[in-house]
Amino acid sequence: MMKKTILILAMFMLILTACSSYETADAEVTVYDTGVNPDDWALIPAGEFFMGLNAHETMLDYDYEIMVTTVTNAQFTAYFNDALTDGAIEMDDSGVVVYYAGDEFHAHKHEERIDAGNWPVYPLDALGYRIEFDGNYFSTVAGYENHPVTSVTWFGANAYCEYYDFRLPTEAEWEKAARGVDQRAYAWGDEIETNYANYYASHDPSEAVYGRQGDTTPVGFYNGETHAGYETFNAVSPYGLYDMGGNVWQWTDSVYKGEHYRYLRGGSKGTYEYNLRVWTRNSVTPTHSSISVGFRCVRDQ
Amino acid sequence: MHALSRRISYFLQSTKGLALLAIAMISIVTAIWGTLSGPMVEWGVKDITVRLLGLDLDPSDREGRIVMLYHSIAMAIVAIEVYFITDIIPMKKHEQNTINATVTAGYLLSMIFGLVFAYFGHNYVFHGLFLVGQTLVFFTGVLLAAALWPWKKEYRLPLDSPYAHTKKGLDLERTAYFVMAVATLGSAMFGAVTGSYWGNGQETFLAEDLIREPIKTALQLAIIGHLHIMLTLIAVALTLIVGRWQDFKGKLHKAAMILMILGTIVITLGVWSVVPYEAQAHTIIYVGSVPVMFSALLFVIFSWDKLIRTGLTERNITKGNFIQKMQALLRDPLRFGVGWQMVFMNFTVSGVGLFMAAKLDEVIRVWSHREERITLTGHWHILSAIVATIILMYFADLAGLKGKARRWFGWILIIGSDIAFASVTVFSLKRLFITEAAQQPLVDMTMLLTDLGLGAVLVVLAAFMLWRLFDLFLKNGRWSQEYTEAGLGEDVELIEAQALPAQAMENKGGQVK
Repeated sequence: MMKKTILILAMFMLILTACSSYETADAEVTVYDTGVNPDDWALIPAGEFFMGLNAHETMLDYDYEIMVTTVTNAQFTAYFNDALTDGAIEMDDSGVVVYYAGDEFHAHKHEERIDAGNWPVYPLDALGYRIEFDGNYFSTVAGYENHPVTSVTWFGANAYCEYYDFRLPTEAEWEKAARGVDQRAYAWGDEIETNYANYYASHDPSEAVYGRQGDTTPVGFYNGETHAGYETFNAVSPYGLYDMGGNVWQWTDSVYKGEHYRYLRGGSKGTYEYNLRVWTRNSVTPTHSSISVGFRCVRDQ
Repeated sequence: MHALSRRISYFLQSTKGLALLAIAMISIVTAIWGTLSGPMVEWGVKDITVRLLGLDLDPSDREGRIVMLYHSIAMAIVAIEVYFITDIIPMKKHEQNTINATVTAGYLLSMIFGLVFAYFGHNYVFHGLFLVGQTLVFFTGVLLAAALWPWKKEYRLPLDSPYAHTKKGLDLERTAYFVMAVATLGSAMFGAVTGSYWGNGQETFLAEDLIREPIKTALQLAIIGHLHIMLTLIAVALTLIVGRWQDFKGKLHKAAMILMILGTIVITLGVWSVVPYEAQAHTIIYVGSVPVMFSALLFVIFSWDKLIRTGLTERNITKGNFIQKMQALLRDPLRFGVGWQMVFMNFTVSGVGLFMAAKLDEVIRVWSHREERITLTGHWHILSAIVATIILMYFADLAGLKGKARRWFGWILIIGSDIAFASVTVFSLKRLFITEAAQQPLVDMTMLLTDLGLGAVLVVLAAFMLWRLFDLFLKNGRWSQEYTEAGLGEDVELIEAQALPAQAMENKGGQVK
């Protein structure tokens, strides 16, 4: 009975998925040079800011720097090669893994153990993944060098930042970097139009190829310039950050008592525009790997 | 002027007119506000609506706007159910008039000023009027509960009545309505008091955004409980209403009413206990859900069996074969559809809910919160829409839809809505079948089917509403007939109007003193 049900469901899915002419995440990519340098950092000064939907005044009493863009495929590929040589990451049947020291466990309802040990970083050879491994060396799929790295688990993002003596931002650090000190809804202001960010059905160039979920756009794509005939608005945040709304969700460092989830911010190419508001939270298990999730790092002053 | 006053009287004093007005209000709100989300945004329709109406859609107020919109529509749904209840349950004429008038003023104030406050700038006078409206609807509940008081001697049933009753003649169906009304009053306060005390109207949140909070505040728990129990009680009330429409009686009726009373009490207490005893509350709610759902199942069995029996009798068939029975069952999509939508709900709402509960940590909580959120919002949007389709089926019957128009309306309502509900269910659970990278074709197809299904429903609803709109321009249209039936015509003696509850009571085999 169960087998029959699964068979019927699978056939139904097959019929549904066969009814589209869209590419499924592995089509050839158009290359854009946005002129934004992913190695740049922005200083976020100490002070109060308004946090959350209900705009609670929150103090961060220290300066910190945050990457101007999310980490790119090129940057992450370089890390993979360096870390593999150093022994900081390992390979197993599931792909790349990295050691993590584990979380404190509080046995709360729905909480799952995150013990010390090797955890997945990046499962290779899956649909829509942009980094390849030939057995010795990692390389980026051609054309995706300046796109945000995606499909990296929280363990991978955390390991990347720590490898360079950086760290992932806390939720508060991320939100302050996106919002500044006023009460704007989006990183660039209070209005949203399709030319501000890459989100679901925002008509960015990749949607013609992949459908309304689209593909990632290069970091800093929405900088007010016109790329191959596509006009963008300047979606820079008050501190000069790009892509703080849309394109990819971004891992944060905040871990809360009684939870194993990690929190993501910013919305993505696959979400409606209201998810791009600076206070919108998403959460998922730290092993989650998604073509809509990336990250950026912070460093202390 | 006289013609206009007669029509106004029809809309504000007759059950059918009142229900028609409320359905028209909901239809207008749905038609306009439906353009603000989903594919309508992608197609640019939202921008047109915003410009045409001058809507103020501050992104930071989105959650608050949604809360106001839900309450606006819910108040009208509650009003429609109240009209039906005061029409079919014996009560004094002055009680019926007072209750209907109060709930009408209440839902109109809530709906109009709630939406104006939420979408056209925040004038707090309008927010106050929204609260006045809600208060009136609550007060209606008090009046309704008093009118429904089942222990009044005049509402006792004869001991040989085929309708559910105790050995002393206590009308169990009336008791079920009474329990539902009291439970609704308490559950409304459960949301209103906590929202006012802790939220003070400023700290807005949507329940689906907090589901993964490991420790929820009392306010959050109360609000989550409130929205669940209110929708549940709306469904309970509707099940009772359609039971009376189809003259539910006999042994199944007795069992169903006992189960409904017990289930309603247990579910409600379970939800109310969610603040102090969250862990135990879930178990209590599950326990209470079983008799309520079983009660609905008994109604469906009765309803379909009756349809088959009467259908065969109409064709002078004593013992039909399977095909003849199916023909009899399906000959009236409105009467069949009510039970069918309840059955279908098990696949798209209850079944999904049970699956989510059983596989929460293993499957659902492995997905991102945003994915889980889609399943939750899909889940209760479908339940709300099923409630709406059942109301429409009942009202279409009341409105005298007959022949081909009845069949087309009924079948398009059933097929269109069920295609939409099934598609939304597949969409919301897509991560079970397909990866994010390969999902777009599935998303496109399910969205297309959803739009087609809902579009078909809206087209037949629009046709129905236009029929009733044009009817209003006829001097002796259907409205005029309903106006007279409601005892509002000049030629109807006052004494006849006062005798209506007695007539309703007699129809149920009871007596009025």
